[in-house]
Amino acid sequence: MTACTVRLPIFEGPLDLLLHLIKRNEVQVSDIPIATITDQYLAMLEELPELNLDGAGEYLVMASTLVYIKSRMLLPAPEEDEELEEDPRHELVQQLLEYQRYRDVALALGERAVLDRDVFARDPEALEPAEPGESAEPRVRDASLADLLDALREVMRRLRPPAVHEVEREEIPIGRAVERVLARFALVEQVVFGSLFPPDATRADVIVTFLALLELIRLRVLRARQAERFGVITLTLAVPTVAEAAERVHDLGALEAGWRGEEKHHGDGERDR
Amino acid sequence: METENAIDRADVNGHDQAAQADLGRLPALIESLLFAAGGPVPLGRLVDALAGPERREVTAALKVLAEGYEREGRGIRLVQVGGGYQLRTPAEHAHWVRRLLRERPPRLSRPMLETVAIVAYRQPCTRVEIEAIRGVEAEAVLSTLLERRLVRVVGRKEAPGRPLLYGTTREFLEVFGLPDLSVLPTLRELGVDANILSSPDLVVDAKGVRPTRDETAPAADAGPAPVAEGDSAGEAG
Repeated sequence: MTACTVRLPIFEGPLDLLLHLIKRNEVQVSDIPIATITDQYLAMLEELPELNLDGAGEYLVMASTLVYIKSRMLLPAPEEDEELEEDPRHELVQQLLEYQRYRDVALALGERAVLDRDVFARDPEALEPAEPGESAEPRVRDASLADLLDALREVMRRLRPPAVHEVEREEIPIGRAVERVLARFALVEQVVFGSLFPPDATRADVIVTFLALLELIRLRVLRARQAERFGVITLTLAVPTVAEAAERVHDLGALEAGWRGEEKHHGDGERDR
Repeated sequence: METENAIDRADVNGHDQAAQADLGRLPALIESLLFAAGGPVPLGRLVDALAGPERREVTAALKVLAEGYEREGRGIRLVQVGGGYQLRTPAEHAHWVRRLLRERPPRLSRPMLETVAIVAYRQPCTRVEIEAIRGVEAEAVLSTLLERRLVRVVGRKEAPGRPLLYGTTREFLEVFGLPDLSVLPTLRELGVDANILSSPDLVVDAKGVRPTRDETAPAADAGPAPVAEGDSAGEAG
């Protein structure tokens, strides 16, 4: 082992390393010569550069598992009724087999004709929404938190990267963002999610507006709906008028004060002493 | 590779000469629709937009179009992907297309591929389940996959801590050129050493891919194991 120079492949974790050793020794996963493999595994650990960084824990846990299995293999099996006595390697073997299967799927996926790498298509245009009843397209449904987060991620992605690094603390009250969102409903009944976020908005603006939106949905003042995954999310008032909506959120100021209080509370432990 | 999901030659029957004549300019019309749309268009949407021809005729026209591209060695292929039909360039032209476009090809690292594979087969699944399979921490990879929209949060598991559940997206199908999840190979079919794969524990059907606990299934030529209705999605959790 010491004589030959081995160029170390990059391993994706302890299981990957184990499979590598198993292959190198030309043995079956189902019948690992545990002593040999354990020794080689431990020898590898000393050479792996990534162990100097993080991720060492996972490799070390596997090392201890291997040593444990090895020791159990050495012990004589308890005599009676232990037909059912499991091969100490069983669990590890199952884990390796399962990982190996997914590793092969990953390989197969990577070899496919990948869009924008091997094959190309025009950028998709938005399709006219399907006419209700005419096709099997999903009906409009309430957008879930996950949908809203997807939409938010899209907005954040669109944001221009900041030109310079600015260190500036800004106080952005959610109450104001709530008012701003509600004001949009003064003239129209429907507002498209994306239109709440102008392209020149800062990250902070976006986040505060999004929080305001979540709050409004939570208070059942607004409703967010979506026709299909990643489709456009539209917002409508869940109450008859903006005035009523404003009334409903009137407490928000107090609520916000509550949040601040809470935040301070959290800080207590660390800062206030 | 791209011919693999070009439209199945078998789904329209022999009398296509006559049919082709009847289809008139339908193939060309569909070509326009697909070109204009860019993204995959579901069959139903084509039928809606064409407002006239029946589903069967539209399918036939799609086939005529797809075969024409291949036969004439054109620079476009018609593929079935992400629940719809889409015009794409053939893989053998990638080199030149890449030289023209400014975009850098997407990087798909091994951790990304392994993680998205696990999500695809076991969805909905949690981060902890992914980590148990790969034996390494998955948080960073998952957030990359979320950003790339290959996976998405589909809900929360009703378990202590209510961990997030992940599933694959339509983008996942599009990026890897898959018509739908059901075409993911059974893990057994992947040409892995037969000795190693003695106990197939995943099944594939129209509803997707999931593990089955049928340990007694014969190892060889059993075909995809039949699935009991009962042990569907929940099993993945």
